[in-house]
Amino acid sequence: MTLTDAQQLGYINAQAADGRINVELETDDGMVLNMGPQHPATHGTLRLVARLDGEQVISADVMCGYMHRGYEKLCEVRSYPQVTTLVNRIDWLGSFANEVPFILAAEQLMEVEAPPRAKWIRTLLFELSRIANVSLFIGDLALQLGAQTPAFYAFRDREFVLNQIESVTGGRFHPNFDRIGGLKDDLPKGWIAETKAAMVRLRAFCDEMEGLVYGNEIFQTRTRGIGIIPPQIAQSYGLSGANLRGSGVDWDLRRDANVGLAYDELDWQVWTHPDGDSFARCWVRLQEVREATKIVDQLCDGLPSGSIMAKVPRIIKVPEGEAYIATENPLGAMGYYVVSKGDTGPFRVKIRSASFNNISIASWLLRGVYVPDIITILASLYFILGDIDR
Amino acid sequence: MADDTATTTEGAPAAATDERRAALLAVFAEHLGNALLQSHIKPGQGLWIRVATTAWPEAAAVARDKAGLRFFDFLSAIDWLPSPYGRCEDSSVDVPFPPPMPDRSAAVPGYAGGDTRIQVLASLAKAGTDQRVLLKADVSDDDPRIGTWVNTYAGAAWHEREAHEMFGISFDGNADLRHIYLPSEFEGHPLRKEFPLLARVVKPWPGIVDVEPMPGGDPEDDAAEEGAEA
Repeated sequence: MTLTDAQQLGYINAQAADGRINVELETDDGMVLNMGPQHPATHGTLRLVARLDGEQVISADVMCGYMHRGYEKLCEVRSYPQVTTLVNRIDWLGSFANEVPFILAAEQLMEVEAPPRAKWIRTLLFELSRIANVSLFIGDLALQLGAQTPAFYAFRDREFVLNQIESVTGGRFHPNFDRIGGLKDDLPKGWIAETKAAMVRLRAFCDEMEGLVYGNEIFQTRTRGIGIIPPQIAQSYGLSGANLRGSGVDWDLRRDANVGLAYDELDWQVWTHPDGDSFARCWVRLQEVREATKIVDQLCDGLPSGSIMAKVPRIIKVPEGEAYIATENPLGAMGYYVVSKGDTGPFRVKIRSASFNNISIASWLLRGVYVPDIITILASLYFILGDIDR
Repeated sequence: MADDTATTTEGAPAAATDERRAALLAVFAEHLGNALLQSHIKPGQGLWIRVATTAWPEAAAVARDKAGLRFFDFLSAIDWLPSPYGRCEDSSVDVPFPPPMPDRSAAVPGYAGGDTRIQVLASLAKAGTDQRVLLKADVSDDDPRIGTWVNTYAGAAWHEREAHEMFGISFDGNADLRHIYLPSEFEGHPLRKEFPLLARVVKPWPGIVDVEPMPGGDPEDDAAEEGAEA
C-alpha cells in the first residue's frame, strides 16, 4: 500500500505528537526535520516538526504538552491560599509575578484591598521578578546565537536580584509570598539599600549587553528583518508583552489597565519598536529591564509606611462571583478567570498564560524562513515551557 | 487606574466606567439584535455578554470590526455542574467511586445566565486601553458544538483545540482539532466535572483536619480561633 505524501506527513505528525518517534525523514518533495523535545536550543521540552525544502521551511508544527500538569483542574481542589503555591510554577523564572493576578482576582471577588505598603512591595517584587526573568533571556538569546559569554554574565548578575527576592520571601524561585489582603511579611532591615545597589549593577549589565550583544554585527544581521510580525496579526494571535510592543502596538497593562499595583504613582515609560522583527522584540525587552530597574528605585524611595495586611478572615471563603484580572508579567499578559461558588476554593480557574498565545503564532511565522532563523525567531518570541503547558 | 478607584469608591469614576462599558454593550446590542441574550455589567470591573450559540462567529466579527476589540485574549469553557467528588479536601470520608452524578439542575450558571451545563467563554480586548469584553455562549449537553472563530481571530485555533480536548466541544470550521496537550488516544475530557482527579480518588486529601500546629505556636489558641470563625 502506498501512502500519499499528505497521509504520510499526517501519520508522522500524529506519531510525533505522542513523542513516540524522533525522525528525520526524506520525502520526494521535502524533508521532515524534527527539533526537540530535547534540543540544546529549546527552553525545556518544546518540539517542532518542520517540513523543509532545502534550507527553507515549508510548514512548521509546534508540539507541546510534555509538561502539562493540569493546573486548572488542580486549582479546583485547592483552597485559595494553596493555589499560589501551584501557580508559582507556571513561569518559573518570574514566579512571584504568577501569584499576583490570581490574588488580585480573589481580592476583587472578596472586595478586599491591600494596604498601600503591601501594594508597593508587591509591585517591587513584581518588577524584581521581571528583571530576574528577562535578564536571563538576554544571556540566553546570545547563547542561542553561539555566544557563550553573555549567558554567564546574565547568570552572574541575575543572582543579585534573586538574592534580594530570597531575603524577603525565603525562596529564590518559588516565593509563595503573596496573600489575599496583603503579603506574608514585611521587608527585612537594610534591604532597600541592598536592592538599590543591585539595581546599579543591573543597569551596568544592560549597558554591557547593549554593546556586547545588541551592537554586535552578527547579532544584527541574524535578527534584523527576520521574523516580522505585523501589528494586526500580532493582535489576532493575542501576542502580548514585548512581542506585541515590538510590533509597534503601544499597550502595557501596567499603564493601561492597572489594578491593585502602584504603577500609576510612578514615573516610567512604555517602550515600543515599530519594526516587528526579531531584533525589535529583543530590543524592547532590554529597554524594559532597564526601565524596571528605575521603577524599583522609585518604589524603594517612596515606600509608604503602615500595615502590610488588610483585615481578612482566618479561613478564606470567597463570595460567589466571577472575576478576570490580567497583569503585565515578564512574558506578557497573564490573567486568571476565577469563578467562585462561595467556597473555600475556586470552582473554576482559567489561566491565560502569555507564552501559550505567543508561541501559537510560530506555525504562521516560521513558514518560508531558513533553518538557522528558526532558532533566532523562537528565541526572540521568548517562551517558558511551563507557561505554555501549564 | 480608573478601574482601581471605581471598585473602592461610589463616586464619579464608577459612573464614568459604567458608561464606557454600557457604550460597548450598546455596540453589541445594535449589531447582534436578538442574538444578544443577556448581559451583565460589574461597575469598574467587567462586562459579560451571552450570545446565542448560532451567533457565536458573528459575535466575534462584531467585536473585531464594530467594537474595535482586535486583541484576542483567550477562549475556554466552563462546566457549571458541581463536581460529584466534592471538594476532596472538605470530606473526611472516602468518596465512593464512582460517585452518584449530581442532578443536571444543580448546574447554576454565573453572570449573564445560561441554559446549558457547559458554556464557552472568551475574552477580547482593545489594545492601548482597558476595554475588554467577556463573551459567553451555551453549548448543548448532548452534542456540544459551536462555530469556530479562526476566521476572525487566528489565535483562536489553539484555544479551540484546548477546549476540544478538555471539554469535548466541537468547533465547526476548525479543521485542526488534534489534542494539544494529551496523547492522541487519550479518552475523556479532563476539565469536565465528572472526570476524576485520580490522585485524589486513590488517596483522600488530608486537608484541614490534619494540619499540624506551627512549631512554637499555641495549638489551643489556633483551635479556639478556628472555632470562633466557624
